[in-house]
Amino acid sequence: MGSILDQIPNFFTPDNVRMLLEAAWMTLGMTFAGCLIGFGLAFVLVYLRQTPGLWALPLRVICITYVEFFRRIPFLVIVYLVLFFIQAITPNASLFTIAVIAICLYSVAYTADIIRGGLESVPHTQVEAARTMNMSRFQTTVMVVLPQAWPVIIPPAIAFAVSFIKDTALVSQIGVFELAFRGKELNNQGFSGVLVFGTIAFIYFILSFPLTLLGQHLEKRLATPRGQRSARKIRQS
Amino acid sequence: MPHLAVNAVRAKYGSHEVLRGVSLSIEKGEIAALIGPSGSGKSTVLRALVGLTTITGGDVEIAGESIDYRNASSVRAARDRMAIVFQQYNLFQNMTVMKNVTLAPIKIKRRPRAEVEDEARRLLDLVGLGDKHASYPDQLSGGQQQRVAIARALALQPQILLLDEVTSALDPELVTEVLDAIRRLAAEGMTMIIVSHEMAFVREVADKVVFMDRGEIIETGAPKEMFDNPKTERARDFFGKILRH
Repeated sequence: MGSILDQIPNFFTPDNVRMLLEAAWMTLGMTFAGCLIGFGLAFVLVYLRQTPGLWALPLRVICITYVEFFRRIPFLVIVYLVLFFIQAITPNASLFTIAVIAICLYSVAYTADIIRGGLESVPHTQVEAARTMNMSRFQTTVMVVLPQAWPVIIPPAIAFAVSFIKDTALVSQIGVFELAFRGKELNNQGFSGVLVFGTIAFIYFILSFPLTLLGQHLEKRLATPRGQRSARKIRQS
Repeated sequence: MPHLAVNAVRAKYGSHEVLRGVSLSIEKGEIAALIGPSGSGKSTVLRALVGLTTITGGDVEIAGESIDYRNASSVRAARDRMAIVFQQYNLFQNMTVMKNVTLAPIKIKRRPRAEVEDEARRLLDLVGLGDKHASYPDQLSGGQQQRVAIARALALQPQILLLDEVTSALDPELVTEVLDAIRRLAAEGMTMIIVSHEMAFVREVADKVVFMDRGEIIETGAPKEMFDNPKTERARDFFGKILRH
């Protein structure tokens, strides 16, 4: 224990602190870039999946297969798959890009079901009313269904992104300079594992806890019609 | 030539045939009421007319123009001419009353906003809700929501208004305000098909009463002869059951 305390002045040097902050920034950046792009693509996927008609059957099969496939393989395996696949095409692709693509592929599969659940929570009679007014499927989705689905979609989507902050530690395996990678590096330099990974754990907590609170706050806000109205008023003012 | 002609229309839910050759015709300005026991296919007739239920046989003509429900642009044309009001109002919960009424005229029919909003105010006055344009549906009672739904349908400037059990989901004390709104439309000469269980109201406003049972039209007639002197056994049986309570 004494040796850990002795290491502290040497460990928290400006260089190490800056390196850890950069690593934290890297972790946050790739999580949110991946999740945001993935979230957007998941909307497209769900919209395609819900295309009615026989001609769209292959489209539906592809969308369902994608979701079921990527939900059933470990994230680490996706990371390696993307790494080797991308490097085969463009050997110069940055590891950060590869990490973002992997996170993206994975978050599409997970958030697609969250989005589908949200859209399906809106009563079908709302869609029928819109269709009899000659609104197209796209117009109905954007103007009528989505605004009512947000309260159902947003909280679990944020929860997913927040929990994913820590799961991105797995991309340290391919050498992205994020938190877990830097932790191993510092540990290899001879710093105590307890000190290094205790610090890393604390940073992960600091990154995700405020976001968890934000998610809970939004969930409460969006849960009631009155909350939705006050949210609307704030947006309008 | 009738304004709307429905000829031998058939429809199925799965293997169950809900409409078994329904024919009826309506003149301009006429009000037809569809009555009959629940499950007789009254609402399905209205749903089929606006293309929410697939027709498996027969045809529909509006103003002499045949509608092909397998053809998207033909269905659009039908929906341009007919507007439907649902039992559960189906107002868009995320929009104010004004937005509910003006959305389709502005975004779909591409009419000028100022003109549409002026008309929306007139229509909301007509249904007695001139002061509610900024409210959201969940701030209104069922009767108020249903009147907004009627105004929303009228804002589409339909040639024919379809009313699907518009008072069935309402508390008894709220029924009158909705029926009053429909009376005002009747006075304005609106062509309507009304599915209703309010027999006294049907008798008062309808020009023609159509009695349906098990997906078929059993009897058609003027309200007075239909209610006072039904010709068929099944209609007599139905009226007997309603009057007993």
